[in-house]
Amino acid sequence: MSAVATETSTNEPKVSSGYEPRTKSAPPKVFGIDPRLIMPLLITIILLVGQLFYGILESYVMTLTAIGSAIAVELLLSRFLTGKFSFPASAYISGISVGILTRSPFLWPFALCAAISIASKYVLRLGGRHIWNPSNFGICMMLLLAPYAFSTLSIQWGNNLYAMVIIWTLGSIIIYRLKRFHIIATYVPLFVLSAAIVTYWHGNSFLTNVSPITGPMYQLFIFFMITDPMTTVRKSKWAQSFVVFLIVAAETIFRINENIHAPYYALFIVGPIANVVEVAWDRRRGGE
Amino acid sequence: MKALKQTVATLFFLSLLAIPLLLKPYHTTEVSDIDRNKAIERFGFFFEDATNSAGVDFVHIAPELDSKLNNIMPQIASMGAGVAVADFDNDGWNDFYLTNSGSDSKNALYRNLGDGTFEDVAEKTGVASLNEKGASMGAVWGDFDNDGFEDLLVYKWGKSELFRNNGGSDFKRVDNAGLPEKANINTAIWLDFDRDGKLDIFLGGYFREDIDLWNLKDTKIMPDSFEYATNGGRNYLLRNRGDGTFEDATEESGLTPRAWTLAAASADLNNDAYPDLFVSNDYGVSELYINDAGKRFIDISEKSGVGFSPKSGMNASFGDVLNDGNLSIYESNIYEEGNLLQGNNLWMPGGKGDSKEPVFQNMANGFGVENGGWSWAAQFGDLNNDGHQDLFVVNGYVSADKGSSYWYDFATVTGGNESIISDARNWADMEGRSLSGYQNSRVWLNDGNGRFTDAAPALGVNDKDDGRAVAMVDLFNRGVLDVIVASQKAPTRIYKANVTGDRSWIAFELKPKENRSPVGTRVLVRWKGAVQVQEVNGGSGYCSQNQRRLHFGLGSAKAVESIEIRWPDGSRKEIRNPEMKKLHIISQ
Repeated sequence: MSAVATETSTNEPKVSSGYEPRTKSAPPKVFGIDPRLIMPLLITIILLVGQLFYGILESYVMTLTAIGSAIAVELLLSRFLTGKFSFPASAYISGISVGILTRSPFLWPFALCAAISIASKYVLRLGGRHIWNPSNFGICMMLLLAPYAFSTLSIQWGNNLYAMVIIWTLGSIIIYRLKRFHIIATYVPLFVLSAAIVTYWHGNSFLTNVSPITGPMYQLFIFFMITDPMTTVRKSKWAQSFVVFLIVAAETIFRINENIHAPYYALFIVGPIANVVEVAWDRRRGGE
Repeated sequence: MKALKQTVATLFFLSLLAIPLLLKPYHTTEVSDIDRNKAIERFGFFFEDATNSAGVDFVHIAPELDSKLNNIMPQIASMGAGVAVADFDNDGWNDFYLTNSGSDSKNALYRNLGDGTFEDVAEKTGVASLNEKGASMGAVWGDFDNDGFEDLLVYKWGKSELFRNNGGSDFKRVDNAGLPEKANINTAIWLDFDRDGKLDIFLGGYFREDIDLWNLKDTKIMPDSFEYATNGGRNYLLRNRGDGTFEDATEESGLTPRAWTLAAASADLNNDAYPDLFVSNDYGVSELYINDAGKRFIDISEKSGVGFSPKSGMNASFGDVLNDGNLSIYESNIYEEGNLLQGNNLWMPGGKGDSKEPVFQNMANGFGVENGGWSWAAQFGDLNNDGHQDLFVVNGYVSADKGSSYWYDFATVTGGNESIISDARNWADMEGRSLSGYQNSRVWLNDGNGRFTDAAPALGVNDKDDGRAVAMVDLFNRGVLDVIVASQKAPTRIYKANVTGDRSWIAFELKPKENRSPVGTRVLVRWKGAVQVQEVNGGSGYCSQNQRRLHFGLGSAKAVESIEIRWPDGSRKEIRNPEMKKLHIISQ
């Protein structure tokens, strides 16, 4: 999520705070569009499709609050810690993600979840990078600390196949052009396998256990969390795919234990461990 | 310097994480931990469970449906406990009717004997054995033939039935009344939508009407989406012809959407003296229809603000919560911590009250009436006679095994696509697990300044039955509102209110001209700078109906300045300085 925008910041003036990613080359352009804007555009399209086909937004105020809070914290912390305002595309993505995924009758969880998400990027760092996907971290913290006022999107928006086809097609093309399609290609079959395992364990319908992947929560999870360049390992496609395997394994355990928020918690645990291992590995090799 | 900045950023981050812990105390409205005596002192009343002493021993039995649904039978067969209040024999004491649903079960009509006890006369009056074919879901009283006696409509999964009240002695089934031959009705109200002086009927369908729940062709009977479903049962608007039959006026009235309707209520929301209609839908958005001079209903759901935010609507009731002469709408939904936080809706009127198309805003959060639980019926009424309308809400879906929950499987399938969620076969076996069971009712007490406080346990409402229906009624003619709660697969309970201190009240029994039903009559009471409006309705809440009388608590008021009555035909009558602590029987 945030990473795409951050990774593409090579054309911007360098800041020397250690908060910039360690990328060696700019990511590929997609459809000739400034690569920093690709993921913001994708999530905006998902938001618009959801709103136009289903009217998903319970309140524009809530979504705007999440976006505003994310951008404000991004600007505040980047200025405070680096002396410069960072390009807020990643915060915009986090804000929309939080705005869509948060289910709460209150306004403050939207603002707080977005703020925690962005702040985590600047605080929970190792080896010059943040190790948790920001919105995944924010959502998990809210689920753990404020279950009385915070839950996540878990239901189907609706059954308009066109909308689902648009989101999946566009999302897949963009992720492919960003050279991260292998992550999706690994996750989706493994999820189906996971559903089979959960079905065997619980003895219920296979379709039931597959059904969540047809919903919007998983679309956001797949396109903006597990494919996040900044918080996935960078070694190789195989390494990234192996981490995805571990995420699905953890998710399977959560689902067998009937945890409704299984994918969030699985990524919350596996993602940073994989990053820490990679950083340690890099340091060790650097030391040699 | 860099380290210092990083420390500051870390402290900022930690302070963000601390916010949920700091806010938690402000997100509970319950005062269950306060001492009972303090609660009585603070709120001025308490409830006594008078079920046994009143001689009421009714226990609801759930319907037994097609075994193809066995995997989720507790969910499907989770409705049917209803309560409807009326003085059916016109003896001046409120009676009540309870619906049962099991095939061998009997409905009950509790006649008030006037000595604090009740006698079930359903059998001898002919309204007991109604569940051999179909299952009763609820009932509403309404004098459709204008003979001065309340008739009884029992709505069902199957064929709903209408009974004519034979002078208060017994009931006779009205054959060929024009009710749908087969439908799965979960709500019904009486209203005179065309103001011709004859009560009409609105029926709300839940499952599609071609589904026979006892003989299923297949298991594709579930909603095609958890919040955007389009495959519910049809609704019916049945116009009273005046000859004991009703004609289907649904198409011409515009009430054609196929939502999963669970509740409806009617009141005049735009002050044009025609009854408007609020429809609360499960698996979808709410609907608000403005009555176009009795010719048709105009859908203003989205314009009014109530037609967004699909939830699990299960209740529709009206109350004047700010004593400003405007009716608000209360709609129950689901609030399950950590799983699904829809929250109940309190639709407060905004803009001008006499606007042709009123606008509403959900203020449940600000008023503290959002977090009910898995909420069902809710009714407004001044429980402690302090001059402000309180709110009684019942909760709980399926109370089964206390140690296990069905929530994970429920959440999994409800996230699925149409082909998955709509087939009951794809819903995991409940295996005796609970789903939002064992929940307390909420007795939300209105402080008059826009804040409600729940004091249910402290005030004596401690049951954790799966509450479905609620009716507010002065059962013992004491000038207070008692509460009847009908629960699924559980006993019906009588909560007798004991109001302490010297609080005043006034109540009205209204008799429009030509023996017409009082449904639709509006009363405005002015005292001490307050103005409270109430309207006689033909059913409200969820599978519930309050007493016909309108009861106003007056607190410490020494006098009522005036009352204004607007009769169903639109004519008005004003009475100045009416006597307090009295039930006024007023004829048009």
